[in-house]
Formats: sequence, C-alpha cells, structure tokens
Amino acid sequence: MRKVVIPIGPQHPALKEPESFSVTLSGERIMAFSARLGYNHRGIEKACEERTYIQDVYLVERICGICSHAHSTAFVQAVEEIAGLSVPERALYIRTIIAELERIHSHLLWLGVAGHEIGFDTLLMYTWRDREVVMDILAELTGNRVNYGINTIGGVRRNIDASEISDILKAMDILEERTKYYIQLAKEETTLIKRLSCVGILSHEDALSLGAVGPTARASGIPRDTRKDDPYAAYDKLEFKVITDDHCDVYGRTLVRLGELMESYKMIRQALKEMPTGPISVKAPRKIPAGEAFSRYEAPRGEDVHYVKADGTDRPERVKVRAPTLANLQTVAKMLEDRQLADLPIVIAAIDPCFSCTDRLISLREPKKPDKTLAWEDLRAYSIEWYRARGIDFTKVNRKISRRN
Amino acid sequence: MTRPGKMIRLVVETFFKKPATTLYPFKKVEMPANFRGKIIFKPHLCIGCQMCMKDCPSGAIKITKLPNKKFECEISLAKCIYCAQCVDSCPKKALESTKEFELAVLDRKNLKAVFSDDTKETSPE
Repeated sequence: MRKVVIPIGPQHPALKEPESFSVTLSGERIMAFSARLGYNHRGIEKACEERTYIQDVYLVERICGICSHAHSTAFVQAVEEIAGLSVPERALYIRTIIAELERIHSHLLWLGVAGHEIGFDTLLMYTWRDREVVMDILAELTGNRVNYGINTIGGVRRNIDASEISDILKAMDILEERTKYYIQLAKEETTLIKRLSCVGILSHEDALSLGAVGPTARASGIPRDTRKDDPYAAYDKLEFKVITDDHCDVYGRTLVRLGELMESYKMIRQALKEMPTGPISVKAPRKIPAGEAFSRYEAPRGEDVHYVKADGTDRPERVKVRAPTLANLQTVAKMLEDRQLADLPIVIAAIDPCFSCTDRLISLREPKKPDKTLAWEDLRAYSIEWYRARGIDFTKVNRKISRRN
Repeated sequence: MTRPGKMIRLVVETFFKKPATTLYPFKKVEMPANFRGKIIFKPHLCIGCQMCMKDCPSGAIKITKLPNKKFECEISLAKCIYCAQCVDSCPKKALESTKEFELAVLDRKNLKAVFSDDTKETSPE
C-alpha cells in the first residue's frame, strides 16, 4: 500500500498545545512517527540569567502551569545546595505536602483528559469536579490555585495552621473515597479496559533503553521514582510504595496513576501528623557564592532536573531545565509503531505531555558547516533556496506584497 | 463483572443533587483569607527603600519620591503576576495582598493602580 505522510499540528484539535507530529501512514497503520519541538520556546533559561535568584523562583515556577511546584522546588533546592543553606524541617514537610497535593491535582486532571480522549466524557466531568476539592485546598494553603509561590530560597513562605490541617484531612477523606470509586471503575468498566488495553505498548526493555521516567516507566514495570531513589524534602521520612504495573500499556499507566493517588493521600496524612514545629525559613543571602548544583525532583509526570551554576553575584550564570516530557517523548514513537492512527491521541496523552515545559533552545547549524550557526537572514536565504530547489518560487508573491506595502 | 446498568444508581442519585458548578458572575466567589490578589500600598508606612522594586519578578511596581518625605506607588496590574513577593520583601509592611481578583478592564490604560494618598486610590480614568 502507498505510504502517506500526514502532518498533525502545530494546531490540531487532538492536541492541547502547539506541537508538530509527522505521521507516516500505510492505510490506517502508523509506519513512522516523529515529533518536532520548538513551537513554544519562551527563552526562560536565558531570562533566568538576567534576573536575581528571588525573581527566578517565580519565573521557573511558570515553566509549567500544572507542575509549577516541581520546577520551583527543583530550582530552589539547587540554589540552597550552592549557598549551603540548611532548610528547616517544617519547611521541608510543607514542601512535601504541597508537592503531593499538586500530584493529586495533576493525576486527577490526567484521568479526566484520558477519559476525554477515549470519548468517556463522564469521567472527565467527574474527575475535574473532584479536582476542585484539591484546588481549593491549594488556594487556601498557598494563596493561589496554580503557581502556588510557596517556595522561597531557604524555606517556604507560608505556614500551615491547625484549621488548614483539618481542612486538608477532610478533603483527603472525600478524595480517597472518590479515588476508590475510580479504581473500581478502572478495574470493572469494560469499555475503559477494552479501549486502553494493548494500546501504546512500551515493553520493559524499551522503557529502559529510551529512558522513560515517571508513570510511563513505572507502568512498564520499572520502579523508578526520585522520591525513593534520591529522596529530597521530607520523602526520606515518609512511608510509601512505588506503584508499578506490568501491563506496559495505557491501561497500566492509568492504574499506576490511580495507585499513586492513594499513596499521596497516605503520605499527606503522615506528613501532617509528623510535621515538626519550628521556623519555616532561614534567611538567604542575596548573593549566592560561586558553585554549581544539580537537583532532581519527581514531578507528577516524571523526573524533573534542574542545573544551576552560580558565579558569586545575585544572578545565576546558567540555569538548565530538563522537563519530564522531554525524557518521555521518545517513547511515543515506539508506542505508536505499527499501531492504528486512532490510538494516537490517547497514546500521546498517556505520557501526560507538557510540551511548553519541554521547549528549550535549539541552535540551528548550517548542514555542511557544523560550527557555523545560522542567523535570521541566513535562515531566510536557506529556506528560499530550499523551496526553489523543489520548484517553488516565492519571488513573484514577494514582489506583489512589497508593492502593496 | 459486566452487569449492564451498573451505573443506574449513580445516574438516579445525580438527579437529586445540586449542580457542582456555581453561577459565577451572578453569585460572587469568596477567595480564601490569604489569597494573593490585587496589591495595595499604604503610603504612610513606606520608607522608600525600593526593595519591592528590586525583588519584583516582572517590574510591575514603581515607587517615586514626592516632596515632604512621601512616596507614591504605581502598580501595573497587567505586569503584576500576583506572587506577592513585594509584600514579603517590604520591611515596613507597606504593601498588602487583597482578595480582589476581578481586575479585567476594557481599556488597557486603566490597568494600573496609583497610590499617593493615605485614604484613597486613584485610578486614571
């Protein structure tokens, strides 16, 4: 059968963010799949270098709207390591509680999106309604529903008082009951099982070789979790299981996320019970001494990595961010190999992609001279040549446009 | 395992429940006590150290010196990201977060708040 290459995106109803995929089809079967990043590049790393550390905390928080606490904590951890600050215990517990609340809201959001992608919109309505419970708790604790702004260098900005603790515990009871219902639903609802089983299969070996992270890796039976492997904040004092699954498909990823929700409720209850009293922050210097640090954080989507290099001034010399989606994106091509086109939206959604977080600088180099970078004029000239070689000439159109102006 | 009509109980229950959504513009939403909304400025407390200006991540705040050791504050509501870092940075607590969040206006010129007098806030209209 003849092969057809179809572009999906940058703007497409099945995608929630601008992203371009090129899918080679033979009939309805996907022969090859490639993704192109870069439609959402915002220059955040460079902008970080031009702002002070305290301003950067709020900037890196805006890398992602959903896992904003993940990015700000990863950044703050790196800066604290360079400055040699010892963060108070209570601050670490508060960070952990917010992190787990964020995981709950992100996983509930994912469950709704996954339900929507398979045409099960009732699940979307139910989970997003329940998500409001945790969003309200986050607003109460931090002062905002998203971009919590709870972190500061040397601790956290807001304390948790007794009335807030009782509110969190009440919310956890409601959500636990709802999540039990979703787990029952995932295990019994035939339409859900049949639609998600054997879709987007990623074998244990492939997940290892492609470096999958987060629920994507854990659903392929890899017990990879930064909270356990390299504990940060208060995770070394909390008891929790790393949820893994052997289904290796989208159904497995659903079960992993639902299982993680139950673990999160347990961890929040334990953290609230064991949270020590004391100060919530230490005074941080404005100028951070020279040095570099590498910080890991288990975001809801997988391992988030921040690298910070300080040069002794009040601004970082270099900030490098690796969002979890970048690690998981390669697995999508493997999952879609020789699969139906109709599975594409749910398989992409199953890694819980966050493309704008992933977009980092791409340096454009001339094909034959790898050490020469292309400027805007060069790129323009290169594209004109590229089209002309394929028999498309824009000279006439250009002249028409310039005459009109 | 597969019993048809398993959801029927839930469906019937839903008929007797209140809607999960609220009629927002008609019914006002109350924000939690420490919500980070619009920032207000108290000119009599300001000492003009400009720490808020230095720490603001988006450059939304501007403190200018008036005669008689008084200070005027101009906050761009469009630039402000409502992180309330200025509230934390202020050594004299001259800035404060409010619960106000309905800040949309039709003209972008009105997207700023100027505080120069102790009693009232002037908005350029």
